[in-house]
Amino acid sequence: MSPLLKVSSIETLYFDRIYALFGVSLEVEERQIFAVLGPNGAGKTTLLKTVAGLLKDQPKKGVIEFAGHRIERRPPEKVANLGIVYVPEDRGLFRELTVAENLELGLWGRRDDGVQEDLEFVFGMFPILKERGKQQAETLSGGEQQMLALGRAMLRRPRLLMLDEPSLGLAPQVAKAVFEALLTISRRGTTILLVEQNARLALKVAHHGAILEAGRIVLQGTPKDLEANEDVREVYLGIGAADTVSPRGSAGPATRRRAGAAPQGVRSLAPRLVE
Amino acid sequence: MARFVQYALTGLSAGSLYALVALGIVLIYRSTRVLNFAHGDVATLGTFVAFALISQGYPFSVAFPVAILVGALAAVAFYFGVLIPAQRQGATLLGQVILTLGLALIFQGLIVYQWGAEPDRFPFPLSDSKTWKVGPVFISELSLGTFGAGLVGSLLLYVLVQKTRLGLAMRATSENLPAAQTLGIPTRRVLGISWGIASALGVVAGIFLAPALLLDPFFMLDPFLKGFAAAVLGGLNSLPGAVVGGLILGVAESLAGGYVTIQFKNTLAFVIIIVVLLVRPEGLLGHEFKERV
Repeated sequence: MSPLLKVSSIETLYFDRIYALFGVSLEVEERQIFAVLGPNGAGKTTLLKTVAGLLKDQPKKGVIEFAGHRIERRPPEKVANLGIVYVPEDRGLFRELTVAENLELGLWGRRDDGVQEDLEFVFGMFPILKERGKQQAETLSGGEQQMLALGRAMLRRPRLLMLDEPSLGLAPQVAKAVFEALLTISRRGTTILLVEQNARLALKVAHHGAILEAGRIVLQGTPKDLEANEDVREVYLGIGAADTVSPRGSAGPATRRRAGAAPQGVRSLAPRLVE
Repeated sequence: MARFVQYALTGLSAGSLYALVALGIVLIYRSTRVLNFAHGDVATLGTFVAFALISQGYPFSVAFPVAILVGALAAVAFYFGVLIPAQRQGATLLGQVILTLGLALIFQGLIVYQWGAEPDRFPFPLSDSKTWKVGPVFISELSLGTFGAGLVGSLLLYVLVQKTRLGLAMRATSENLPAAQTLGIPTRRVLGISWGIASALGVVAGIFLAPALLLDPFFMLDPFLKGFAAAVLGGLNSLPGAVVGGLILGVAESLAGGYVTIQFKNTLAFVIIIVVLLVRPEGLLGHEFKERV
């Protein structure tokens, strides 16, 4: 089976000279939850925006295929109409419009019979959206806003849902609830590509993960593979590898620093893991 | 007191047209962040089209809608033919504003070329010499019609923006363009329509202003500046603000002209604006765009 989304060695540049993505490739299978992890500034958001067509004339190089269509450098409306829905980090809500109006805009262009069913699915998942229908979106709490963003996205019946840091700014319990909703969405058959800094949460729900650093994918695999990697454990999951003396994986050269200090979560894996 | 009411009514009538002009400016500004300096000249073009049609014997009921359509189409053509290609080339907002200034001058040139610069009387079905006496004040047919035009224009726009799907798309597009794009809303078309509607309102204002003024290629300059001032006064991104600003400005200048001196008419209006902006820089009903960097 060919993947739903296939990104092949794309290069995205800002201002024609600053590389944000440097030959990124990944394949997202249908019905998968694919998590891209990485520190600030690694290019996670850029990756999603490039796929969504929101960066003019980008990617400069490389191919993006979605369900058999070439979509690189297509305008965002075209990409959206193929069934890719992107929820940006700021959630992309219309803050001055009501919850109901935001949802109505999610139904833009839909004329099929499934609208009612989808509304029921969304209200079943987030009943709060029904209660708050007449409220302005900006009066919602952070978690409710994320739910509205997810609900609106689902009304577009996405084949691929792309989420930028869905846990950002949310209290741990709320973030957990949002990720549980992702599982519900995934079970319905929607493919999800998400980028996250909260690796622990993301790897709990993901089927496949990739680590992006400085514009390159440095590691890919199942959550199990990633969790088994010592560098990932130390840097992303904050599990104190410093105390355990374990056999070195093939990826790590012997020059590795182990000062014994608590992992900072900002150290780069890139120099060690690039193959 | 009767004098005061009389001045206030005259002011409301003029103010309702300033409001229409201001609505057009605000509509374009809040959807595309472009200050349209050609707004007055598009209105002038439409008014001259109406004038030409009436001179050739067409009834007002034909000339009026045709003029509105021409004004709207001119703006839509400018949006798609000039502004969007300029944006594709990476034009800054200031650059786009300068383009509208250029358009204004082109329209002025075309109008002078086609119709000459001699002032002309605009034949209009409503007269300002036919008046009714209501209590102690006089109301002319023209000023009543003018007020009606301003009211109907504003209400139609309100219904369109607040109650229709197109209006919802317009509000969404002007608040968060990338989000609207990713939802598959045809944002270019929505913005183009906004330009057309804005200019249509401008033409309505122009046609109702022309009978009180003499028709020449530059007759909209003063109303455009007033409309612009009204828009700033109300808050450049607020449609209700444009109406409030227009009415306040109309009444203020009418009172100033009546009580102080006619030479002071324009001055006082702008003094009010300066004072308001010193106290409330975002305008009476405006709020700053919350933009994330």
